[in-house]
Amino acid sequence: MKKDIILSGVGGQGILSIATIIGDAAVRAGLNLKQAEVHGMSQRGGEVESGLRLSDTEIFSDLVPLGTADIILSMEPMEALRYLPYLHEGGYVITSSSPFRNIGNYPEERVMSVLSSMDNAVTIDIEEIAGKNAMPKSANVILLGAAAGYLGILSPEQLAESIRNVFAPKGERIVEMNLRAFETGREYGRRQ
Amino acid sequence: MTRIRLLLGDEAIAEGALQAGIKGVYAYPGTPSTEITEYIQHSPVSRENGIHCSWSSNEKTAMESALGMSYSGCRSMVCMKHVGMNVAADAFVNSAMTGVNGGLVVVAADDPSMHSSQNEQDSRFYGKFAMVPVLEPSTQQEAYEMAGYAFELSEREKLPVLLRLTTRLAHSRAAVSITDGKPEIRKRPVADDPKSWVLLPANARRRNDDLTARQPYLERLSGDSPFFRTVMSGNGNGKGIIACGTGYNYVMENRAVQSGFHLMKISQYPVPSEKISDFSGQCSEILVVEDGQPFLEEQVRGIVGRGYPLKGRLSGDLPRTGELNPDNVAAAMGLKNARVFDIPEGIVPRPPALCEGCGHRDVYIALNKVLADYPEAKVFADIGCYTLGALPPFCAIDSCVDMGASITMAKGAADAGLCPAVAVIGDSTFTHSGMTGLLDAVNDGSNITVIISDNLTTAMTGGQDSAGTDKFEAICVALGVGRDHVCVVVPVPKNMDEITEVIREELGYDGVSVIIPRRECMQTLARKRRIARKNQEEGK
Ligand SMILES: Cc1ncc(C[n+]2csc(CCOP(=O)(O)OP(=O)(O)O)c2C)c(N)n1
Ligand code: SF4
Repeated sequence: MKKDIILSGVGGQGILSIATIIGDAAVRAGLNLKQAEVHGMSQRGGEVESGLRLSDTEIFSDLVPLGTADIILSMEPMEALRYLPYLHEGGYVITSSSPFRNIGNYPEERVMSVLSSMDNAVTIDIEEIAGKNAMPKSANVILLGAAAGYLGILSPEQLAESIRNVFAPKGERIVEMNLRAFETGREYGRRQ
Repeated sequence: MTRIRLLLGDEAIAEGALQAGIKGVYAYPGTPSTEITEYIQHSPVSRENGIHCSWSSNEKTAMESALGMSYSGCRSMVCMKHVGMNVAADAFVNSAMTGVNGGLVVVAADDPSMHSSQNEQDSRFYGKFAMVPVLEPSTQQEAYEMAGYAFELSEREKLPVLLRLTTRLAHSRAAVSITDGKPEIRKRPVADDPKSWVLLPANARRRNDDLTARQPYLERLSGDSPFFRTVMSGNGNGKGIIACGTGYNYVMENRAVQSGFHLMKISQYPVPSEKISDFSGQCSEILVVEDGQPFLEEQVRGIVGRGYPLKGRLSGDLPRTGELNPDNVAAAMGLKNARVFDIPEGIVPRPPALCEGCGHRDVYIALNKVLADYPEAKVFADIGCYTLGALPPFCAIDSCVDMGASITMAKGAADAGLCPAVAVIGDSTFTHSGMTGLLDAVNDGSNITVIISDNLTTAMTGGQDSAGTDKFEAICVALGVGRDHVCVVVPVPKNMDEITEVIREELGYDGVSVIIPRRECMQTLARKRRIARKNQEEGK
């Protein structure tokens, strides 16, 4: 079994933390993993993407081949669409619906109409949920929660365990907040 | 005992070097190499074993310091991005002539597709140029193992060893099985051999003859390397592939051997020409898959001869430039990875920009305001976050070439009569390569205005310490810039009148003036605050 995931968003939205959590869970579960990160120029408010590959057999390429990703998991709706060529037929797009408007010509209507026309697109208003539940810094973990049911290769329990693990150095309060964010995300994921 | 850890290719090299018992890492930051040194800086082993790991001023000082450490009998590593090799080249090439004492490994991280670089140069050419062994890992596990192997090789052959990797491996994470032991610092006797280390022509000629004569032996070592591999396909179609580095991963992803290709994996140079010659005899054609420039392909062509059917970047079967990926490699293998969906129409790029509140913004706003009155003005900029001043809304700079070129290009332009000639350079770039150029300008009395935009950090690469912090006024004055023409301002919007006034005044001065807008980078400041808060919470 394999899962290829494209994580995307805008620099600073915390997609690498999502990757870290999934990565931790994968290693604990004895899965093979490759995760190609983006560092450098792209981090100053530019587009960022990270390919995450999980498998119970050996993985060779650090990059996800075209047309093979199972999930695009995005913190930003336009950034989700940018990586569509990687998705396979029947793959899922799971994305925050809140546009990050740091460019002048943001094609909001276009982005929303494409997303709503797709069969396998799950859009979630992460920002509103984060605001309503007073967890603004955990928007990325809410998104992970929403996607948990689609991952397949790792269970939500395994992911929760890794949230504990990854945030432990930051203190129990932060761990609890992120676990709450994860559960909140799961609720919304189930409703779709 | 072994342990599994998720490591970037960069971190795997760092871990391997720590296990090999290095006494120091010398480096100047540069994407995608920075994380090697940062990993060592954060490792408890470095503290326990007193490993040198603070940043050097530039790649040349790093290379020479490492050579000095090697001379004294310890293992040392140098890390840089590919263009850093240009800066370190004098020291690097000549270290092959002196040879080494303690193991010396030079890590060069190349950036095919130029994700964050000015060019696509391939560091393997430097290895060939200097006639030293070059290692090229394919996976994170190999990166880890090769670091240790590189130190053994270097110490045994008494040569510096170049370890070359590319962005995809440097910045990709995978599980690496590492040995969990407390490494001990290796120490050999101090070198005592002036005939090798004093490169007077008489000595250098002898060293050059020795090194040249050893090339066939080094080739054989490449073929005997534990990372070298040849797999003959059982259901062979007669076609062969020679792959190296990440190219090998893409070939494997596309199931080369199962698809009938004979496969040779190269992990060490100089190229093992005999093995390649034998392999070519067993294949009807060969595809060379390498990330970077056609370094291997050119040499394989030399081995197999003109008429042999050879495919690669030069033949057009793989793209001539840019990074490899599983898809363009599949195409070259005659397979097809197809996209199902296209990027929908109307999706626009999202280019990086200077952060909101960044001091460089205020510098460019002020500069643009003043230069509106000087249509002849040219702004020679440099490399760093402030290069983003090239993009809208600022469009404030006219050039960016290599570290330090701002000051010297402004000087040359001023010498030719261009006026006003303005240089914009960052604090870290200034100490990397700007100071000597400033001395040239002072000595010639060139009419230039230099802006050292000092954000107290090396921001572009993630906020490393900057070598000249707190020393810039003293440095400029010591180099001979008039005290009255070294002006410090604080780049915030409310000071705009003062800043524009200072720029106007210094543009009017016929000679070298330096303006230092100084305010800490927002990201570095935020990071420091986070760390302070965390330490406070933990009661440190
Ligand atoms: C020879 C060379 N070494 C390293 C780099 C990578 N690099 C680009 S910009 C930069 C740092 C710039 O720092 P600074 O001048 O202080 O500007 P800032 O980014 O802080 O604005 C580095 C290390 C490079 N491009 N060339
Ligand atoms: S990282 Fe620092 S120097 Fe770079 S753009 Fe942001 S605030 Fe400015």
